[in-house]
This record gives sequence, structure tokens and C-alpha cells, in this order.
Amino acid sequence: MNNSLIIGQYVPGDSIVHRLDPRTKITIIFFFVFIVFFANNLPSYSILVVFALASMFTSKVPIRFVLKGLTPVWFLIIFTFLLHLFVTKEGTLVFDFWIFKFYSGGIFQGIAISIRFFLLILVTSLLTLTTTPIEITDAIEDMLNPLKKVKFPVHELALMMSISLRFIPTLMQETDKISRAQASRGVDFRTGPIKDRVKAVIPLLVPLFVSAFKRAEELAMAMEARGYQGGEGRSKLRELKIEKMDIFVYLIFIVVIILLFLTRTYG
Amino acid sequence: MDITFENVDYTYQKNTPFEHKALEDLSFHIKSGSFVAIVGHTGSGKSTLISHLNGLSIPTDGKVKVGDYLLTNDRKPSDMKELRSKVGVVFQYPEHQLFEETIEKDIAFGPENFGVPESEIKDRILKAMSAVGLSESLLDRSPFDLSGGQMRRVAIAGVLAIKPDTLVLDEPTAGLDPRGQKEIMDMFYRLHHEQNLTTVLVTHSMEDALKYANHVIILNKGKKYLEGTPEEVFVQKDALKQVQLDVPEVVQFITSFNKKFKTTTPFSNQSINQLAKQIKQVLIGDELE
Ligand SMILES: Nc1ncnc2c1ncn2[C@@H]1O[C@H](COP(=O)(O)OP(=O)(O)OP(=O)(O)O)[C@@H](O)[C@H]1O
Ligand SMILES: [Mg+2]
Repeated sequence: MNNSLIIGQYVPGDSIVHRLDPRTKITIIFFFVFIVFFANNLPSYSILVVFALASMFTSKVPIRFVLKGLTPVWFLIIFTFLLHLFVTKEGTLVFDFWIFKFYSGGIFQGIAISIRFFLLILVTSLLTLTTTPIEITDAIEDMLNPLKKVKFPVHELALMMSISLRFIPTLMQETDKISRAQASRGVDFRTGPIKDRVKAVIPLLVPLFVSAFKRAEELAMAMEARGYQGGEGRSKLRELKIEKMDIFVYLIFIVVIILLFLTRTYG
Repeated sequence: MDITFENVDYTYQKNTPFEHKALEDLSFHIKSGSFVAIVGHTGSGKSTLISHLNGLSIPTDGKVKVGDYLLTNDRKPSDMKELRSKVGVVFQYPEHQLFEETIEKDIAFGPENFGVPESEIKDRILKAMSAVGLSESLLDRSPFDLSGGQMRRVAIAGVLAIKPDTLVLDEPTAGLDPRGQKEIMDMFYRLHHEQNLTTVLVTHSMEDALKYANHVIILNKGKKYLEGTPEEVFVQKDALKQVQLDVPEVVQFITSFNKKFKTTTPFSNQSINQLAKQIKQVLIGDELE
């Protein structure tokens, strides 16, 4: 088995978006999520859509992976769209048939909300699609650094996060392996009465816990043997560095914000 | 049981960025009752191959036939459990599957799942334990108190107690001490003949493949690279070297011997005694025998 079992949905690549400093990506997405709510007319929405789509194409992540992130919320998008369509009674009546009375305001609102959803999901999944979980953890540790002053255990928290992230795939592989071994000994995880299926979990969980504890012990020992004693004075293998490209991206984003506030309608 | 692979493809994580073709256009036939060694460099797809033998994996494309059971992408047998009771699999590091409080219960787990009557299980447990060289006094001990080697034996006993017709072994002796390795392999060999089993052995050891198998399949990058009797396969030194495999020591010895003495003593999977005789013949002729 190899490291291909990656949690989240990271799609390896070497695009500009992949290479951006994870802090840049997190910051921009944070503000993007915020400003999406300021768009309120066609031009301002267009600016955001263009920005989001441009990021997506730059990342070279196949569209189907992006769409996958949308699957769980399709229902929500359609539902809110229909809700606006039926409930909002602003603007002019554009469609009138039997009980269906659609107003232009409702249609616009419905589309706008759907686009908002779409944009939010798109940019946030773009983060997880182009950034490894470890990079995200590093970035969070770095961004939370100021909290160290108030004795918040930033380093320990980040370490816990990265260790869990590191071991989730391992545990998944292990689960797979053990369930195959027990299936070969006649356990049926998929069919049969619920009671039997619950019982079938024991032969899976016991070995899993045994190996998880063993691993934890070995890891602790290995860390100690290699001189780990907490975050104090520890240097880093992966230094985060703001490059020219990051500055450039920030500038583009600022332009987007300015354009957005220039084009949106007030009052 | 007869085992047939027909143009089998297997792809891990299909339709994801991590798609990986582990088996490609694999075809071969294993006759019932044979002892087959599957050899290949690490990552060549050996474990993937054997996971098809009891339906844990279903081919992405192509057909797998195990006895009367046909496995293809669009239909798998409804009685998978029956297939699994006939094909026993000892996985790589099988000791990781132990979970019961006592060794006795752990060995009984398989037979119980397959509905073997209570009265017979006890007998099977004792037989399986003696086959793998565990003393009866261990019955009530926790499997987690044992040494790694003993745990391995318990896990193997747990598969033997199912009494399969076909025994599939994925590097069953990896990580054991040399003596333990020989004991376990000899035990499998004995069972193979005593109980008329079909045995499929995945191994890195050319020596084991040579010693125990009557048919060898060499895998390389998910494809069949060579196949035949040990005598046919193990003389192809250059071909084997291409896929990072060595020929067994006996073959190396005969090759060097032939070169040095300009003779043509053939390799025919002869015993050490026979080989000694052949050498004597070359060195001092027939008449002195
Ligand atoms: N669950 C999985 N997901 C993705 N790829 C996998 C998975 N399991 C195995 N592979 C890949 O399939 C290929 C064949 O793996 P397999 O375990 O069959 O090799 P093997 O011949 O048994 O190797 P070894 O001698 O190391 O046990 C490898 O390249 C491996 O990385
Ligand atoms: Mg393997």
C-alpha cells in the first residue's frame, strides 16, 4: 500500500495555486467567504465568479473533483432556490400559471443565493483540493502563534492535529486489512440481522485498538529517542515563506475587493 | 480446487486521482492439488492477486474462477461465505487479526462462523494447534501474552481449523526465525500432501519456491512475467535479474560449476544427493563409483 489513501481530497499538482503559501490561501478564503455576502448585483457577482473560476482553472484540478465537493449541497442549493422562487414577491410578475406565480425579484434572489453557495463551496474545496492537511496544520499553527502569549498550547495542538492526520490513513488501511482477514474467517459485515452485524464489529475493533496503542507507544518512544521535548526552540523542516507570487495574489485579491465595492449597489 | 484467471485487471481506487492498476491482463490456470508459488518484487501485485481467490476483491475486468465459483465485475456468487470456508487465507502478518480472550476461542472463531458443530470444533482446535507446534497448555492463555512467533502460529491454526480445500499463504513465514520458518513451511508442505490441498504460496524466497512448489508464477508490475515448473523458470537467470529476482543458490552453484569445469550438468530440481553424485561423476568419472 502506498500513501495514496489521503484523507480530505487533496489532488497532487504543481500549479500556482498548489504552490501558494497555505497562509495566503487561508487568509484569502477567509476574506472571500466574508465579501461574498456583499455582492448584490450582476456586476459584483460576476467579479466574484470570475475570480473563483480563474482560481479553479489555475489550479488545474479536474472539474469533476470540484463538482464532487458540491454533491452534498446540491439539495440545499435547489431547495433555497425554489424557496425564493415561490416565496419572494418582489419586482414584476414574469410567470403566472395555475398556482405558479414567479416574480423577477424571486428569480434574481434564487439565482443569487445559489451562486453564493456555489462560490463558497468552490473556494473552500479549492483549499482542501490543493493543500495537504499537513500544510494546513502548519499554517494554522503559524497563524495562531500570537496566542502563545496567553499560554495557549498552540504547538501541542498543532502536533496533535498533524499526528492524527498522519495516522488516519494508516488506521484506514489497518481497518481494511483486518476486516479482510476477519471476512476470510467467515465474518459477514454486510448482511444478516443487525445484532450479528454489531457483534461482527468486535473482531474488527479489538485488533484495531491493539495496533493503535502499539503504534502510539512506538511513536512516543521514537520521538523521545530523537530528542523531542516540546515546541520550545524547535526548528522546522517545512518553513512557510511568503513569495513574490503570494504578494501578487494578495494584490489581485485586493483589486477584486475594490472592484466589488465599486460595483455593488448601495442603499 | 481448480483456479483460473482470464484476462484479469484490477484497479485500486478507480476514478480518483490515485487510480492504480495493480493487475493487468493476468491469465493463468492452477490445477487442483498443485502447490503453486507466486513470486515477484515488492509491489508487483501478489497480495492483490490472492485477494481474488476468496472473493475479497472482484476483478475490475476479466474472470476469476475458483472451483465452481465465478467472480466477475457484474456478478459475484451469492454464497461468498461458502467460498471462504473452502479457501483459507493466511495473510501477511496474520497475528494482527487475533482478538479473542483466549487462544482456544480465537482458533474456534473461524469454524464457528462457518457453522461447524460444537462437538467437532474442539477436536479441530487441538489438531490445528499440534500442527503448528503449539502446546495444549496454552489453550486458556490470552493470545496477546505470546511472543510474535507464537502469535503467528495461533493465527495460522485459526485458518487451518477451518479445514479449507485450498490454502492461500501470503508470505506466511516473513519475520520468523530461520528454524521457525522451516518448521512452518514443512508443516504446510505436509498438510498439502496429507489433505490433498491446493496450495498457493506467495513468497520472496526463491529457495522456498524451489523446494515446495511444482508450479511457479512470476509477477512483474501486475503482469505475468514467467510461468512454468521450477526447472523451467529458475534457469532463466537473465530474465529473473531483469525483475530484481535471483535464481536459487543451487542453480547459481550449477551454473558456476559448469562454467569452471566446462561441463553441462543440467538443473532438474535434483536433490543434494543426486547433485553430489553428478558432480562426482564429472570430477572422477563413472568407473570409481
Ligand atoms: N488499497 C490500495 N489502494 C491503492 N493502491 C494499492 C492498495 N493496495 C495495494 N496497492 C498498490 O497495488 C500494488 C500492488 O500491491 P500488492 O500489495 O498486491 O503488492 P505485493 O506484490 O503483495 O507486495 P509485497 O511483496 O510488498 O507484499 C502496489 O503498487 C500498491 O501500492
Ligand atoms: Mg503483499
